[in-house]
Amino acid sequence: MTFDLVANVVIAGFLTGLVYGLMALGLSVIFGVVRVVNFAHGEMMTIAMFAAVALFSAWGIDPFVALVPIAVAFFVLGYLLQASLINPFITRPEHSQFMLLVAVAIIIVNALLMAFGPNARNVQVDYQLESIELGPLLIDVARLYAALTAVVTAAGLFAFFRFSLLGKAIRACADNHLGAQVVGLDVKRLYALTFGLGSVCVAVAGCMMVLLVDVNPLLGPYYTLLAFVIVIVGGMGSMGGALLGGVLIGMSEAVAGLFITPSAKSMVSFALLVVVLIFRPQGLLGRSPR
Amino acid sequence: MMLPPSASPGLASALNKRGVALLAVLALVLVALPWFASSYVLSLAIVILYFAYTGQAWNVMMGFCGQLSLGHSLYVGVGGYAAAALFVHFGIGPWLGVWAAMGACMAFGAVIGALAFRFGIGGVYFALLTIAFAEFTRIGFDHWEWLGASGGFFLPVAQREFNDPFNLRGSGRMFYYLLLALDVLAFAFCTWLLRTRIGYYWQAIREDPEAAQALGVNTFRYKMLAVLISSAMTSLAGVFFAFYYNNLFPEQIFNMGRSIEIILGPIIGGLGTLFGPILGAAMLTVLADGITEALRMVGLEIPGVKQVFYGLCLLAVVIYLPQGIWPALAKRLGIGPRDGHRQ
Repeated sequence: MTFDLVANVVIAGFLTGLVYGLMALGLSVIFGVVRVVNFAHGEMMTIAMFAAVALFSAWGIDPFVALVPIAVAFFVLGYLLQASLINPFITRPEHSQFMLLVAVAIIIVNALLMAFGPNARNVQVDYQLESIELGPLLIDVARLYAALTAVVTAAGLFAFFRFSLLGKAIRACADNHLGAQVVGLDVKRLYALTFGLGSVCVAVAGCMMVLLVDVNPLLGPYYTLLAFVIVIVGGMGSMGGALLGGVLIGMSEAVAGLFITPSAKSMVSFALLVVVLIFRPQGLLGRSPR
Repeated sequence: MMLPPSASPGLASALNKRGVALLAVLALVLVALPWFASSYVLSLAIVILYFAYTGQAWNVMMGFCGQLSLGHSLYVGVGGYAAAALFVHFGIGPWLGVWAAMGACMAFGAVIGALAFRFGIGGVYFALLTIAFAEFTRIGFDHWEWLGASGGFFLPVAQREFNDPFNLRGSGRMFYYLLLALDVLAFAFCTWLLRTRIGYYWQAIREDPEAAQALGVNTFRYKMLAVLISSAMTSLAGVFFAFYYNNLFPEQIFNMGRSIEIILGPIIGGLGTLFGPILGAAMLTVLADGITEALRMVGLEIPGVKQVFYGLCLLAVVIYLPQGIWPALAKRLGIGPRDGHRQ
């Protein structure tokens, strides 16, 4: 096993990890503000992936173009989901919220199964075969573009929360729910907006993911788990933590796939999760709850 | 986490006279069932009893003590594999193997509990830790050649002509009675548990862990006890599963979907109640099967349709009956507790 091979695998894992990170960012933003754990997160991502595949196979629309209408549709979907279903549940106990989203997840997985069947689907564009040579390193063009898109989307979200008035209002809700109500913020609408934004992250991540892997309806629960692992490792509610966790998990999966066997790669992620939960339960970049 | 008070432990206060009479009729029907039911109905009844049992076991941890486990398939799998491995590789029968299964599951439970409760991991984080352990173990078993790895582990198929209860080889009827006995024992055990000091400590921890600690309850010890009892109970379901179905696949038995199946019953039926897990298991199994039948009659047999309906029903129950079905039903039937408590 040469150094070049390991370096190439690590770089591929890093780039995939950025897309993972964007997916997890959606979960983290939703949890950080609404305080609801979206157990249907990976399932929502498979919807985006199938949407990208469908647009590609029907009209040949490139996933980088398709991500715009899909992201808009997901914003509306996420907004409506929060406004209609989840808002009445924000004061209910955790297990009740969990059941609600598990039911949503079951419906999504099986509706996709009905619509697309159990077979794996993918998109095939010519730049998936291209790569850039940097000395001994080979970087897939599709993977690089996907990672860049993920970074740009994440940066846009950072900027929105940091600089816009609406973003500040949402952060106020996250900091102090009661205080936000007292100063007259429409908390329920802001929650719905947040869920919409989290869904946009999922939509973009899903469109990028179809360039890297095949999609089938049963992938949903796997991505949900992956998003949880990433967000806990990085720190629940921390935006930078989600990206950092994504990169760590992406790289560790790639390296584990190389050195152990590909089927055991998520074992390393779960081991990482347990270690983080024990030594730093708030996550690498999370703020201490106490 | 706030749950309405359900402090009325014990059968006597859980049901009034009318309720006890109804329960007696139900018991008679259950005992007589294998003698007039078709093999199809019997296999359905076995599924119901199975999920009633696993639900009861899970309820000890979440319903009584407030610790949300989403990884109970871990204990089913480890229990099943332990007893099956002893049987296949060493010829040790299930009545001895069950103790090994219990021990193995309690060891897993002890590790998870000790890690979580020592380091103050609670709520959602605890739930995710239990998922992580179940997934971790699944991948481990997927690569464990001695136990068939991902290709599955098989028990020699039973001779259905005669029953051999010592090795749990026999007819569906034998398995039905075994499971019925297990359910009755679990019910009695849980009823008793709720009446002991342990049960009251658990409920105190469930309602407010900090207040319980302040009052001198050793929350670490009693949460550990809940995990150990729940995992030991669940291991028996695993042993049953292995010997009834004669095959074990890591991909199936440790699946997160299996963990969710286990917890649906008690939550739909009524969390923390004694009858909830049983009622929930019965309703969900009959519902799933009814949907399959109804769709077959209409000629709609696309894969996934059944689960979509199932999900919609689940959604409806979660939205409109947040306390579960049992409390509402008990009130409607007039068999609820005399003192107005839940259960």
